Amino acid sequence: MRARANSIPARIPPGWVESPLLLLPAAVVFCAFFLFPMGRLALIGGSGPLGWGAYGAALSDPRYLASLASTILLAAATTLVTLIVSTVSGVFLTRHRFSGRSLVVSMLTLPLAFPGVVIGFMVIMLGGRQGLIPSMTDALFGERWVFAYSMTGLFIGYLYFSIPRTILTIMASAEKLDPRIEEAARSLGAGPMRVALDVIVPALKPALVAAGAICFATAMGAFGTAFTLATRINVLPMVIYTEFTLQANIAMAAALSFVLGAITWAALALARSVSGTSVAAAG
Amino acid sequence: MTQEPADRSIQRGPGRGITFWLQLLITVLLCVFLILPVMMSLLAGFTANYLEGWSSGLTTAWLIKVLAEYHASIALSLQVAFACLACNLLIGVPAAYALFRSPSRASRVIEELLVMPVAVPGLATALALIVTFGGWGEWRQSWLFILIGHVLFTLPFMVRSVLAVMSSIDLAALEEAARSLGANFWQRMVYVVLPNSAGGIVAGSLMVVTLSLGEFNMTLLLHTPLTKTLPVGLADAYASLRLEVGSAYTVIFFVLIVPLLIALQRVNGRSR
Repeated sequence: MRARANSIPARIPPGWVESPLLLLPAAVVFCAFFLFPMGRLALIGGSGPLGWGAYGAALSDPRYLASLASTILLAAATTLVTLIVSTVSGVFLTRHRFSGRSLVVSMLTLPLAFPGVVIGFMVIMLGGRQGLIPSMTDALFGERWVFAYSMTGLFIGYLYFSIPRTILTIMASAEKLDPRIEEAARSLGAGPMRVALDVIVPALKPALVAAGAICFATAMGAFGTAFTLATRINVLPMVIYTEFTLQANIAMAAALSFVLGAITWAALALARSVSGTSVAAAG
Repeated sequence: MTQEPADRSIQRGPGRGITFWLQLLITVLLCVFLILPVMMSLLAGFTANYLEGWSSGLTTAWLIKVLAEYHASIALSLQVAFACLACNLLIGVPAAYALFRSPSRASRVIEELLVMPVAVPGLATALALIVTFGGWGEWRQSWLFILIGHVLFTLPFMVRSVLAVMSSIDLAALEEAARSLGANFWQRMVYVVLPNSAGGIVAGSLMVVTLSLGEFNMTLLLHTPLTKTLPVGLADAYASLRLEVGSAYTVIFFVLIVPLLIALQRVNGRSR
């Protein structure tokens, strides 16, 4: 996706008169409606009762620290599980041709652009009060196992969100693997686990790092799913929302936004530097 | 979308061991996990009483109820999405061309900056817009306030999509050929640059409309009671109305978004 135009023939002088002019409208919109407001927000973050200490509090107050920790933990768990199942399935789908394969691929990638709210509802369909799994556990064990409105529900929702895009990335990368190398490893006596860990995973590493970083960033910053499931789930985006709307503590909300933004931005910058894959939407 | 592997006979050999069946099992489970809730909400949207199941009868009453209550939100979302697309075509495509023509360090930094509104959580962008422009009463009430957020969020997708296509063909040489034949700037734009970047523009456009229709993180803070978009209405319905109504509303959303997603898969598949 990120093929660079470094090889422009020398006969065309780069950067004509038109180029800066064509960039101007986008640059004006960006500066006026993003950079300038973000600057204001940064100042407001330091204008609350705590002053610039708000940024320190965002990283030291036990309450915010706890939600930061649980958000990071949730994002890390989502990333790990997503990478494992998507790699297994993505490599499988690249290696085997069978009838209905393209249908399976479309099914796995259909939820790609579902917004967070809709994904929250999908979790409610599975594990909510009237959901499928509680009805099943009710029939089997006489107990409704309702998990949607909790951290577990959020975890399931983030898996739902991350798997489609991760499978696509893995499949694109697995296309380029040479099956003969695995065959060679096998003929030298490596078992399936050894082949997976010593041959496939190293070869897929750039894709895994990039997809993992995107997965992590989206799970950190996502808000719609948590909003749909329960406002009491203690994740950072939810805390920012409550600070702003219920507590009217705009300074703290601003400071927390910057902490969260720095983490997601860093993760996505890592993803882009590794593979240059396209931008990811934070759900 | 995918190419046949170079040598299929090689994988046939040991392929069908326990690993094969485990991989198949995980793939099937993933399919069930991703598709089942979609199917369930399609069903629930047309079921008279979800708790009783199909025996309670099929109905379109929920769908009609949603359309009656939320048609304004649905219309507003479409309006925002297409206005957002227009803005992207007007400022995003020229920006992509400009970045393509001068591949300097500065343009790389600009490209990186343009991605910021996607990398930073939508909540933060929305907060920034509100603290800066929220005081301008009339504007705060207007749908244009939402449009600004959506343009910021979708712009990098358009720019990158177009830039990728421009970089993958030798557009510079084509343009130089046209120029040597006497074509001026506008002629080169209309007859060379735009037709050759059409694939990227189409893919970017589909992405922009899809993302704008589903955008919630920013819109939840940017909207006012009079400018409620489809996803904000969805959250509303999920929280306060019965499951059948939430499902029917989701069905309407799917009807809008799934054709876009399928078209996007097609376009991306063809350009590969």
